[in-house]
Amino acid sequence: MNFTHDIIIVGAGLAGLRAAVECVGQADVAVVSKVLPTRSHSGAAQGGITAALGNEEEDRWEWHHFDTVKGSDYLGDQDAIEIMVRDAPRVIYELEHMGVPFSRTPEGKIGQRNFGGHTRDYGQRPVKRACYAADRTGRVVLDTLYDQCLRHDVKFYPEHYVLSFSFDRERCTGVVAYDLATGELLSLQAKAVLLATGGCGKIYRTTSNGFASTGDGMSLAYRSGIPLEDMEFIQFHPTGLYPLGILVSEAARGEGGLLRNRFGERFMERYAPTVKDLAARDVVSRAILTEIREKRGIDGKDYVHLDLIHLGKEKIEERLWEITSFVRIYLGIDPVYEPIPVQPTCHYIMGGIPTDVDGRVLKDEKGSVAPGLYAAGECACVSVHGANRLGCNSLLDLLVFGRRSGLAMKNDVLRYGHGSISAEPLKRMESRIKDLLVPKGKEKVDSLRQKMQSMMMESGSVFRNEEGLKKGIEEIRTLKERYQEVGVSNQKKAFNYELMEVIELEHELDLSEAILLSALHRRESRGAHWREDFPHRADRYYLKHSLVLLTVKGPEVRYKPVKITKFQPEARVY
Amino acid sequence: MLLKLKIFRFEPEKDEKPYYQTYEVEADPMDRLLDCLNRIRWEQDPTLSFRMSCGHGVCGSDGMRINGICGLACQKLVRSFNEEVLIEPLPVFKVVKDLVVDLSPFFQKYHSIKPYLITKTPPSDTERKQSPEEHERFEEAIRCILCACCTASCPVNQNRETENYVGPAVLVRAFRYLFDSRDEASEERMGLLDHKDGAWGCQTLWKCTEVCPKEIPVTRAIGQIKKRIYEAKHEG
Repeated sequence: MNFTHDIIIVGAGLAGLRAAVECVGQADVAVVSKVLPTRSHSGAAQGGITAALGNEEEDRWEWHHFDTVKGSDYLGDQDAIEIMVRDAPRVIYELEHMGVPFSRTPEGKIGQRNFGGHTRDYGQRPVKRACYAADRTGRVVLDTLYDQCLRHDVKFYPEHYVLSFSFDRERCTGVVAYDLATGELLSLQAKAVLLATGGCGKIYRTTSNGFASTGDGMSLAYRSGIPLEDMEFIQFHPTGLYPLGILVSEAARGEGGLLRNRFGERFMERYAPTVKDLAARDVVSRAILTEIREKRGIDGKDYVHLDLIHLGKEKIEERLWEITSFVRIYLGIDPVYEPIPVQPTCHYIMGGIPTDVDGRVLKDEKGSVAPGLYAAGECACVSVHGANRLGCNSLLDLLVFGRRSGLAMKNDVLRYGHGSISAEPLKRMESRIKDLLVPKGKEKVDSLRQKMQSMMMESGSVFRNEEGLKKGIEEIRTLKERYQEVGVSNQKKAFNYELMEVIELEHELDLSEAILLSALHRRESRGAHWREDFPHRADRYYLKHSLVLLTVKGPEVRYKPVKITKFQPEARVY
Repeated sequence: MLLKLKIFRFEPEKDEKPYYQTYEVEADPMDRLLDCLNRIRWEQDPTLSFRMSCGHGVCGSDGMRINGICGLACQKLVRSFNEEVLIEPLPVFKVVKDLVVDLSPFFQKYHSIKPYLITKTPPSDTERKQSPEEHERFEEAIRCILCACCTASCPVNQNRETENYVGPAVLVRAFRYLFDSRDEASEERMGLLDHKDGAWGCQTLWKCTEVCPKEIPVTRAIGQIKKRIYEAKHEG
């Protein structure tokens, strides 16, 4: 079946829906998502969205700019960051006008709270910058944007899994999608395709990410010859619920929660004397794992405590209702009376598909545009997060660059007609699925995936070194070979999740290799990328973005410069 | 511990009628029921179909009937069951395959109550003001994740004769906008709800409140909608 739209948006999280809201009415837009709307992982974001509104205390976008640059360990592009932080207050007011139910100050303004790495006076002390709705900010924004999509009759293709792009010469002219409900393939033709497919946290064993976070969009771009930028930078959130890895929002520390080791010591005082528990995430995650390595984990095990008890029942239940409920359900303990066991958990991919500040995908280090292709949100790399993202800057990124992509697309599509239709991409996918459905059965998707997830924890998580990375790359390549023998034993058409997971695994293996290879080549420590064998930042050699490109000889690592406007790199201490 | 899962199976195109299949899974007491379902799918029977996404009660994908009570598989721990668990799809909705149901009527009803803020006064350059007390009125309702467990549990929705009732989840969202101090369409909203398949469809049976995975006082919220409609009609 063939359908034609002006704009196809792949992914129904915040970036995708924000872009859809921008285009609807002015262009024929459709959203394709492998899950039902409102099930996307943006909904799991808890803490808030940053903007220098100054509702609770004085704040300025210049401070937000500096904090984000410093948080990125000077790898974020400062021009793009400036666009983002200056646009932030408008973004928040716009959401409020759409109906987002933000928590409020006593004067009725939008409530703001502290978050890691956000400070006043260029690093002097923490500032309340994160606009929040209790600890369910992502969910209520997702609901509000979905409601806006309903209001404006945005067309959805729910539970449709995008398998490939169509190209007319260089120009992306649409996608081929697999209808999970029927097992049928669809060819969706468009003048512009936006990838808003989120991250790939599921390649790690311990992660806060949902099952759908398998990096499909990143991988599809990578296979089409688009490089991936800064893939070595993987954020481990300091406080994942032990042992499941479910996110315990940084808002817990923003509201005054404290990290403690087995001696009850508030150990962050040693690692970040100025802002302590509110340091950037890479710093706190390394601190927790250092405590654990030096046998100061609780009972000698691999977790520490997040202590909220002194906040009191009322504040905990009002501001942190969701995480309180998680702790009660999954651990059977009550954070009002007992500390929460936490460990770092894979949370966010700083790198991704390189784009300009309007979402246009860039296909090389010179910045040439890949026509017809756009990306926004976690799957993209603008780059505003550099080597480490600050908390609550991701929702801001999704909304600012989701909207800008929408604006760019609706203008760009006016200039183009539809490309020529070819049945080729659909036929190719038909035969791919036919091949997969032959039950070879020698290898099982789950066992390969588990091996990959363990391998990525071992060699590509918080602490890295050359030996481990080389071993990891070798193992991933072995898994890729074994993947050739993977079979789908479920031959059914309706809701064949096994088939989808087999395709997802291929994406995940490609991305694992890209991450480890980029990490191997960066022989320095910066932000979330910590090399035990190169424990210092080396601006002279590595103040540059990596680009990993899939060539006929396999993946190849290249570099492009960082845009520095106002802030020269300095030592990064919190 | 060894857990037996007796699971509803049905593939409409192929099976004449639904049947139950029992699987055995070795599980840790702290595992989620969702983990057990995944283990079955990955290790024993890849043809089993069910939805999932976040795995921790935020996305609302994995609503199903567990030992007769609707809930999220990711919120139930193995330790709360004895040897055997009965797992069935959410009632009320048409089964598409196994535990996957067709939620499109649910989202259509949701759409019908205009689930978005309607205002007439143009907004200022900054936020509209709302006091913490005004926010508090609908704070519990914004926890809703549209998992449809309440609607599936509602005896009114389950009854064929009254199946057009919009159902509790939709009313929770209606409540959320009706009681939002920023909204300026209360008359229009009450008009949308003031009929036998709207707020008055609720027979105050409390099933929705009992099962809500986010502990929303659903019945109370619906009661407040009814009260508001009643008072608006009888004022002056």
